[in-house]
Amino acid sequence: MTSGPVTPSSGPTFSDANASVPDPVEVLGATEISRALTRIAHEILERNKGGADLVLLGIPTRGVPLARRLAERLAEVEPGLDAAALVGTLDVTMHRDDLHRQPPRVIGSTNLPDGGIDGRVVVLVDDVLFSGRTIRAALDAISDIGRPRAVQLAALVDRGHRELPIRPDYVGKNLPTSLSERVQVRLAEIDGDDAVVISQPGPTGEARA
Amino acid sequence: MKHLLTTADLTRADAISILDTAAQMAATQSREIKKLPTLRGRTVVNLFFEDSTRTRISFETAAKRLSADVINFSAKGSSVSKGESLKDTALTLQAMGADAVVIRHQSSGAPHTLATSGWVDSAVINAGDGMHQHPTQALLDAYTIRRHLSGERRDARDPAAAPLAGAGLGGDLTGLKVAIVGDVLHSRVARSNVQLLHTLGADVTLVAPPTLVPVGVEAWPCAVSYHLDEVLTDVQPDAVMMLRVQRERMSSAGGGFFPSPLEYTRNYGLDRRRLAHLPDHTIVMHPGPMNRGLEISAEAADSPRAVIVEQVANGVAVRMAVLYLLLAGDMSNQVPAQNVSSQKVSSQKAGHQ
Repeated sequence: MTSGPVTPSSGPTFSDANASVPDPVEVLGATEISRALTRIAHEILERNKGGADLVLLGIPTRGVPLARRLAERLAEVEPGLDAAALVGTLDVTMHRDDLHRQPPRVIGSTNLPDGGIDGRVVVLVDDVLFSGRTIRAALDAISDIGRPRAVQLAALVDRGHRELPIRPDYVGKNLPTSLSERVQVRLAEIDGDDAVVISQPGPTGEARA
Repeated sequence: MKHLLTTADLTRADAISILDTAAQMAATQSREIKKLPTLRGRTVVNLFFEDSTRTRISFETAAKRLSADVINFSAKGSSVSKGESLKDTALTLQAMGADAVVIRHQSSGAPHTLATSGWVDSAVINAGDGMHQHPTQALLDAYTIRRHLSGERRDARDPAAAPLAGAGLGGDLTGLKVAIVGDVLHSRVARSNVQLLHTLGADVTLVAPPTLVPVGVEAWPCAVSYHLDEVLTDVQPDAVMMLRVQRERMSSAGGGFFPSPLEYTRNYGLDRRRLAHLPDHTIVMHPGPMNRGLEISAEAADSPRAVIVEQVANGVAVRMAVLYLLLAGDMSNQVPAQNVSSQKVSSQKAGHQ
C-alpha cells in the first residue's frame, strides 16, 4: 500500500507557478479497494441468489481488471463458478455521444464469455461512475450484442454529478467531489499499484484532458 | 490526420493505429447486428470518376455499418459527362454538406487537389487516383498480412489453421518478406503498398518484366527483380501479391509491354508449379479483379493459401477504421503531433465534461 500523497503518472506536473494547487489526495488504498471488491462480490451473489447465469462485463480500460478481480472473488465464495468463464469486456467507444467533442478515441476490444449474454444477468463493471454517459453507451452496446435477462451496475467509485437517470447497484465508495476535481483510479494490472486519488486541476483547466 | 491521400504520409504509429482500429471493427462484423451508431448524422460522398465495384461497395458498406449517410456519385450519368469541372462538382458537394469525400479519379493527384484547394471542408479519402496511390487497398493488404503472418508460422495450405481473432494487434510487419509481382508500372496498389509495407518494417521485392517497371523505381524503398522463379527460391517470400495486368491501360493485347499473354503467364504467372515451391506458410494475395489464367492460375486463386476473398472482407473493416479515425473525433483543437498514445489520457473519468 502506498502511503501519503501520490502524484498521478499521467496527470499534470506541478510547478512553482501554481504551488497553491493542493497535492493529490489518496482516498482509497490497496486494502480498502480489496475490501470494497470483496463486499461487492458478496452483494452480487446475495442479490442474484448465487452465481448461476452471471456475466461480469468490464468496461475498458480499468473496468476490465476490476471485473476479473470480482470474478475471482465470486469463484472463491461459490465453488461451482469458473472465474475465467464469468468475465468479458465490453467496449463502448463506438456508442458514445461525445465522440465529436474530442480527438478520436482508441477503440477497445469486446470479448464475451462462451455462451454470450442472452438470458443471463450482466453486471457492468467500471472504475468511476460520473455523468452516467459511459453506462448509457454501454447499455446501447449491450443491446447490439444480445438480450440479457437483467443488467446491473458495479462501480468502484461513485463521484456523483449524474447527467442521466442512471444509478449503480453496487458501489465501492461514494466520493463527494466538485466538478473541477479529477478522480483517478490506479490499478496494479495497469498502473503498477492500487489507489484512488483525487487531484485539483491546474489553473489552465488541464483536467479537461 | 484530416485526409488520407497517400500511404507516404502515414507514420508507423499512424499505420498501426489504423490496423488496430480495423481489427476492432472486424470483430464487430461477426455479430448478428453489424451496424454501429458511431457516425450517425454524418454524410459520406462516394465520388467515383472511374469504374469500380469492390472499392465503392466496400466504402459504401463501411460507411453504412457506421450509420453514416452515403451518397453515391459516379461520373457516368452525372453533370461531369456534360463537362462539369472537378471544382464545380466539389463546390456542389460542399453546398450539400458532405463530411467526407471518397474520391476515385483517373488523374493522379485529383484527391490532393480536392483536399488542398479549399473547395471543400470535408475529409478527403483517396480511393485510387490514376497510377499514383490507393492507400486503403495498401492498408487492407497490410492488415491481411499482419493477421496471417505475425507470431507463429501456420501452414497456409491447411484451411483449418486460421489465425486467431486479434492476431498481431499492436504489431508491425518487421522482418516479413513480401513479393509484389506483375504490372507494377500501372499499379497504384503497388506504389501504396511499397511505401506502407516499408514503413511497417517489411522487406518488399518487386517482380516484373523490365517493360512494366516504372522509371525511377530505384528511389523506392524496395528491391526489384525481373525473375519470378529466382525470387521465389532465393527470397522465400512470406506473402506473394499478384497484380492485375491492366490491359485497359495498354493499347492492344500486351500493348507492346510483353510479347504475348502466354509468354507473360509462363514467366510471371502464379501457376501450380510455382505454387508448390512456396514455403508452407506463404499466403497468396491479389487486389482484384483477377485475370484468371493470365497473372494467376485458377488453381492458385482457389488454393487454401489464397486470402483474396478475405482481403475483400478486411477491406470493409479497414475502411470503417479510416472513416472512424477521420470523422468520429474533433480535430479542430488537436495538436498535429499528437498521436494515439497520448489520447489515452482522455479516457480517464476526469472532469472533462
